[in-house]
Amino acid sequence: MRKLAAIAVLLLSFGPALALSPDELLKDPAQEHRARAISAELRCLVCQNQSIDDSDAPLARDLRTLVREQIVAGKSDAEIMDFVVARYGDYVLLKPRLNAGTMLLWATPFLVLLIAGTALFLRRRKPAPEPERPLSDKEREVLQKALE
Amino acid sequence: MIAEIGHFALILATGVALYQFLVPLYAAQRGDRALMRTGLTASVLQLALIATAFAALTHAYLVSDFSVQNVFENSHSAKPLLYKISGVWGNHEGSMVLWVLILALYGAAVAIFGENLPLELRSRVVAIQGSIGLAFLLFIVLTSNPFMRIEPPPIEGNGLNPILQDPALAFHPPFLYAGYVGLSIAFAFAVAALIDGRVDAAWARWVRPWTLAAWVFLTIGIAMGSWWAYYELGWGGWWFWDPVENASFMPWLVATALIHSAIVVEKRNALKIWTVLLSILAFSLSLMGTFLVRSGVLTSVHAFAVDPERGLFILIILCIFIGGSLALFAWRAPMMKAGGLFAPVSREGSLVMNNLLLCVACLAVFVGTLYPLALETLSGEKISVGPPYFNLTFGPIILPLLLLVPIGPFLAWKRGDAATALRRLWISLAVAVAVGLVVLALNIRGPWLAPFGMALAAWLVLGALTDLASRIALFKAPLATSWHRIIGLPRSAIGGILAHGGLGVMIAGIIAISLWKIEVIVALKPGEAADVGGYSITFIGETPLTGPNFTGRAGRFLVKEGDREVATLVSEKREFQPSGMPTTEVGLHQTLAGDIYVVMGDATNDGGRAIRMYFNPLVNFIWLGTFIMFLGGLLSLSDRRYRVGAPKRHVAAQAVPAE
Repeated sequence: MRKLAAIAVLLLSFGPALALSPDELLKDPAQEHRARAISAELRCLVCQNQSIDDSDAPLARDLRTLVREQIVAGKSDAEIMDFVVARYGDYVLLKPRLNAGTMLLWATPFLVLLIAGTALFLRRRKPAPEPERPLSDKEREVLQKALE
Repeated sequence: MIAEIGHFALILATGVALYQFLVPLYAAQRGDRALMRTGLTASVLQLALIATAFAALTHAYLVSDFSVQNVFENSHSAKPLLYKISGVWGNHEGSMVLWVLILALYGAAVAIFGENLPLELRSRVVAIQGSIGLAFLLFIVLTSNPFMRIEPPPIEGNGLNPILQDPALAFHPPFLYAGYVGLSIAFAFAVAALIDGRVDAAWARWVRPWTLAAWVFLTIGIAMGSWWAYYELGWGGWWFWDPVENASFMPWLVATALIHSAIVVEKRNALKIWTVLLSILAFSLSLMGTFLVRSGVLTSVHAFAVDPERGLFILIILCIFIGGSLALFAWRAPMMKAGGLFAPVSREGSLVMNNLLLCVACLAVFVGTLYPLALETLSGEKISVGPPYFNLTFGPIILPLLLLVPIGPFLAWKRGDAATALRRLWISLAVAVAVGLVVLALNIRGPWLAPFGMALAAWLVLGALTDLASRIALFKAPLATSWHRIIGLPRSAIGGILAHGGLGVMIAGIIAISLWKIEVIVALKPGEAADVGGYSITFIGETPLTGPNFTGRAGRFLVKEGDREVATLVSEKREFQPSGMPTTEVGLHQTLAGDIYVVMGDATNDGGRAIRMYFNPLVNFIWLGTFIMFLGGLLSLSDRRYRVGAPKRHVAAQAVPAE
């Protein structure tokens, strides 16, 4: 299907309708707040790069309901995440967990910063002193002329 | 017939590009001036041919010529005129034609306005431009030809994705492309310098306006995209760390680094080799951005398999240009002489810091964007990398840079003194801390980021103002003197101050909407109201709606603050023909203090509507700030020292301070 450009396909997935609907909300504001925070870190599996909190896909709604049920059942945030991952795999997490596969993902930027920073520091620690010598009489004369 | 003329022009342009690539390169090596001049003519001819092709394609869209497959697939006769035009580049094939058109524009601009460049350099730049044009034109002609016909011609077209039918998005791609492609000039200058074996202050001055122009276009293009996402996608977000956004953000970050490092080359003749490398990297990221977005590979690795011919072509082009230029760099760079020395704490040092942090921040975006792709290809493991990753990596890396921005301009060249710089900034520092404390006091139970972020924003804005004040000796000299100084100040200096201040304004907006957004999700029946951030919003009712190519329902909302009527907002649910795709139009009341943002959702069972309402505090500061940055860039671009082609090599050589 080449009907639409890739960008259009990507954008299509931004369903411009209501994601979270009023009947889904939990009564307790603190619990609802937790549900929102968790939802923002879970991927809508049938969408492009959208969290379940933003998506209006039916699957996202199911997952939101699932998260809220777990919260009401008294589970902790970590337990809920584990539960969702056990069901849907690591792909569901928008914040990848640190493991062998994602080690480089998390470490690369900071490692490079560290290495480049150290290299720069070592190279620049000894700034070569610029040879300072007083102006010769002739140079002084030229300077004087230039200033006038 | 007109489509065939366009098709033919495109093929001719490919031939001309081949000439433009090979002949000037050869002529420059031989020192044959007459032959070099033919290369310049070729680049102007190139522009004429591609403009013809582009005009032919636009014509096909304007008259809805559905015998052209590209028009059939992406247009519709009932579409408004504006979107018939923007439909030209709203698809893969057409966008590639726009890309080469802008490339040809830049190439011809160098040929025509580059009078002051040495002819060899100008020829080489034009030749590199020709090589890029050749690659893209071959790609278009062989795999993505927009002029293919269908027999028999259909009566009606498929239409443009309705979500793209929006004024801000219509002109977002041309700006972005003008930015991407503008970096090709920096790239061409870098490669030409590598061939030439010489980089000096004059070279930096020539590269600077082009890079700055590209940066200005990228800034406005990204801002338009973000603004569009904010009001069109309907949940009030303005940046999603989406691969498509990242693809344009990475070249912006490196272009920003490049503008700064070019200053060091120009003023101090240092960081030359690094600047050449940055020029190559900036355009490499542009190429990747263009192709990754267009090829769909970011969506899924399998997009390549769906269209292997295009995918392979893209890979080859990327390998040739990125690999080739880096190999040339590895070969030639060691032959270039390193420039002036400087202490770690100095203007140069601060600009090195700027470059380091911008590049590593860009690396974080790069890794986050491409890692899932790489991991899946290598191990088959599927992961997602979303906003939390970018906030945790890009955030901490860019933060120290933001803190250092106001200090940099107060450090002396060669050897600076941090204590003196801070002393001159003490008022800004004190006010910034006070702002932080006030925010802390107002919002005691709020997140720690709020006081810090607002203090940072104040620090950036005040730091920029202090920079201006010290340059014009405000309050230290008579006001008349200060006034004269402000007029005499180089425009590039004011541009820099504006850009840094705009950054602060933008940060204020980002922090405010990220932390203090108020969201209310309710079901309302007509006549019912809800409170949002001190406003009362009443759902008046809904009426049917008919547009040129859509039908729908319009919901009306009355916004009141106490007894005062603030605004009547309309939020629409549209269904577009012929796709039947639904979109939502946001009801938006904008003020500098914040936006009231209302979205009408689905009908509820009891005759009401699900409604989402937001108060987005200071959100317009984001675009106001980017607009100030954009103005700064424009002003800097108009500085006569940097005007395209203005500097001459011998003049510039004298301008470098003797050591």
